[in-house]
Amino acid sequence: MADNTSFLLSQMMAELSLELEHINFKLLLKNPADVDLEAVIPVFHSWIQDQVCDELLLDVADYRHVKAGPGIVLIGHEADYSLDNTDDRLGLRYNRKATMEGNNQERLEQALGAALSALERLENEPSLAGKVGFDGRELEVFINDRLLAGNREGREQLQRELRTLLGKLLVGGAYSLSYAADPRRLLGARIHCQRDFSTADLLKNLEAGRIDEFRGPSPPDSNPYS
Amino acid sequence: MKASNALWRDHLADQMPESLAREIDIFETEIALRKQGKLDERLFAETRLRRGTYGQRYDNGQRHDGEKVQQLNFPAGALTKGPNTMWDAPGMQRIKIPAGGLNAAQLETIAELAEEYSDGIAHVTTRQDFQLHFVHIENTPSLMRRLAAAKITTREACGNSVRNVTACPYAGVCQDESFDVTPYARALSRFLLGHPDCQNFGRKFKPAFSGCSQHACGLTSLHDLGLIAAKRLNPETGKEEIGFEMYVGGGLGAVPYQAKLFSSFVVPQELLPLAQAIARIFARYGEKKNRNRARLKFLIQDLGIEKFRSLVHEERKLLPFDSRWTEYITQSLESTESPARVGGELPELVTIGAGEADTENFKKWLKFNTRPQRQPGYAAVTVALPLGDITANQLRALADIVRRFTRETIRTTVEQNFLIRWVSKPDLLELYRALDAVGLGDHGAGALVDIAACPGTDTCKLGISSSRGLAAELRKRVSEKGFQCDEAVQNLHIKISGCFNSCGQHHVADLGFYGVSRKIGGYAVPHFQVVLGGEWEHNAGAYGLPIVAVPAKNIPQVVSRLTDRYVAERNSGETFKEFVKRTGKTALKSMLEDLTRPPAGDRSFFSDWGDPRAYSLGDMGVGECAGEVVSPVDFGLAQAERELFEAQLAFEKGEIQEAGKRALGSMVTAAKALVKFENPDIGDDPDTIISEFRIRYHDTQKFFDPFAGGKFANYLFDAYSRSGQPYSSESSRYLLDEAQLFIDAAHSCSNRLETVVAA
Ligand code: SF4
Repeated sequence: MADNTSFLLSQMMAELSLELEHINFKLLLKNPADVDLEAVIPVFHSWIQDQVCDELLLDVADYRHVKAGPGIVLIGHEADYSLDNTDDRLGLRYNRKATMEGNNQERLEQALGAALSALERLENEPSLAGKVGFDGRELEVFINDRLLAGNREGREQLQRELRTLLGKLLVGGAYSLSYAADPRRLLGARIHCQRDFSTADLLKNLEAGRIDEFRGPSPPDSNPYS
Repeated sequence: MKASNALWRDHLADQMPESLAREIDIFETEIALRKQGKLDERLFAETRLRRGTYGQRYDNGQRHDGEKVQQLNFPAGALTKGPNTMWDAPGMQRIKIPAGGLNAAQLETIAELAEEYSDGIAHVTTRQDFQLHFVHIENTPSLMRRLAAAKITTREACGNSVRNVTACPYAGVCQDESFDVTPYARALSRFLLGHPDCQNFGRKFKPAFSGCSQHACGLTSLHDLGLIAAKRLNPETGKEEIGFEMYVGGGLGAVPYQAKLFSSFVVPQELLPLAQAIARIFARYGEKKNRNRARLKFLIQDLGIEKFRSLVHEERKLLPFDSRWTEYITQSLESTESPARVGGELPELVTIGAGEADTENFKKWLKFNTRPQRQPGYAAVTVALPLGDITANQLRALADIVRRFTRETIRTTVEQNFLIRWVSKPDLLELYRALDAVGLGDHGAGALVDIAACPGTDTCKLGISSSRGLAAELRKRVSEKGFQCDEAVQNLHIKISGCFNSCGQHHVADLGFYGVSRKIGGYAVPHFQVVLGGEWEHNAGAYGLPIVAVPAKNIPQVVSRLTDRYVAERNSGETFKEFVKRTGKTALKSMLEDLTRPPAGDRSFFSDWGDPRAYSLGDMGVGECAGEVVSPVDFGLAQAERELFEAQLAFEKGEIQEAGKRALGSMVTAAKALVKFENPDIGDDPDTIISEFRIRYHDTQKFFDPFAGGKFANYLFDAYSRSGQPYSSESSRYLLDEAQLFIDAAHSCSNRLETVVAA
């Protein structure tokens, strides 16, 4: 009994001290087959040219030849943006590389805000002719630092932090969370919204910081992505 | 910089071998000292290179964005990690894999590092290493600690040191090998790592092992130290014994050198001490100041192989005995690979899974990607990686696969693929399914579609043209064309380098390409030199020669035309190399002549494959390609190219003296073209041309390559100073390459001059 208590205590301590850094958000795209990744390359180059993001943008890496890979990556100093096709799921991904000031909520909001703004920019890019757009319902989040936040140990706290964030983001909308079955993967979750949101809606909600009382159903304990 | 960097040292303290842990601590301290300005940037650059931490393109803090040179304002400001190399600029981390051997846990570690410190991709190189790109210098100690915990080091992966010891990936399972070279490769790698006799080289030193002489897997001919497994009857006992044919002084680089035979038989117990003696002679007599002449090949060229051999043997006698010479080999011999499952035969195939298309794919995969082992019932399986790239998820899946089908082992190959050995043949279908499920079931390993390319302009600071962009495009087109191609074409090798340094090994391909730039209508256009006549087999038995430079966007047509003609005209059983020789370079060049110019008005030629930016807007200015403006310099350089081509033809006919003279003549013509730019009255007297070229272009450094410095000008001066002496076949051959590089450099110089004038 004593052993069990100290285990729980240490677990709680570990969770309490969990710092979420290097946060990644991925916003899934609708009609991925229609997206021409080649057309995104010049767009990313123009972003470097005009330095349109908060981060210093450096280069473009083209991995279209790799199946279910990182797609087209806009390399930055503080963060990378990509049209990422990992798991054969195409989405706009923001990968925060530099550490951030602030608490976990602030860091989550920063990463999500950056991902949403980048996707909105692509949605409005004339040369892409409206082919790149948010599917409205699915997001992924990862913590890209295994030592800071292990796949299993960090899950509880990530879930708590997400509940707070998603409360603001999906005002009035239900959602569910699922997790990767493979413990070797990064700590992360898939967020399934029960109704459609536009990028602009989510940005607006995030900025307004509205807190809705609604909490989504408890996430399944540990399931493969479904 | 990662938030967890401060934690890894303690976290892994009891998992890292002490020597590696200490080495990484030292590096971390050096990083801190450099940040405080207490360590000179040059020293820091060498120390990080020796840990495999390279610079990457744009790390001088500038990038041409398609319109102008853009300053990249990194947060660390003016702090550098080497001359002209900004602290915050992302870099490349090379990871050494001796003999290409890995286990499942190591694959998982590399997957984690690719994800957490790079861009999610690990890249397999042509020397069986891994490379991760876009890595921040301050993350490298954590990255190295995680590797050390997995028993992998990055030590001496770059810099003037003994690089990865490579070996034929089929070693131990190959039907044609004399014996398994793996234990010897591992022992040599371990012995030379950090060895005090290997710390004072003027340049890198690359060893390679091969199990036989007829196949290409070890590529021993193009290494500083090449070892081919051999057997003989001992002259005293009459019993069969094993040993090595030892070759020295091979290397690609700008001018490729075939390795020379040092000894036809070295017994295993002499392998390590002889390598040590060679290292000592290289360190003592090798060039130190002029990097361009500092490889072992130049020392051997200067000394002659006889003198070099006798120096090494004398040094060998002086070496104090070292028990590791045999201990390391004995220890390595104790761990050999064995199968996890019982062998057998693959059942007859009718259809598999989803039906005929799947069955066809599986059959092609069986044909191209599998090879029976010498051990009955087992096969070695190649996992073909596009451009050597693999994702973190695929690496983890591969770890699962090797755990399931083997004793958790796998090797990287010099063709930038993986090889899974000891696969029980009845498991082949299941293995194929497992690979295919994660996008690793491509067939065509070692075939035309399996194109090797160096990083080129994607990430390499020296890249001139986009080798990976071209490789991706060719790969796509060859795949689309499908495998209806003639059988002979299916097995051709395409290899692409982004510049003359030949990291893509273009010299030993059937169809080789290396990046150059040319000016068309006053605008810079990315080009590739087409290199024909190389041989991949026989451990890279012959090096090709460039025949013509073609705009990058026309290279796919070059491939189509050459392969189509080969299919149509080849004699029965004729190899591509033999076909090239029989057809003659004049005929082949003339069939490509129309491709040397972009189609009128097609602006796509002014950007490279996979990169929409104008190749060099500084040269292009604004507006369209409005017809040809040919300057006297361009005329002169075109004449030089012509003369060089004639020199190559003379060489092919065996007219060695004529070839040498003409090659030198072509260099003088190119020099004259440049001199004429400043002194239109220059005559034809070679002495005057050389002297004026020296004063106007060499001494002012106007001809200097941004990275190679005065190297190419020295080719001219050296060749001219030897012009009265007879040429050997070898020296004439080298001069052909040097002349091509000199002319390429003259084109670059001309581009720079005209830019300055235009500005
Ligand atoms: S061949 Fe040139 S471009 Fe390619 S990696 Fe080597 S130095 Fe860089």
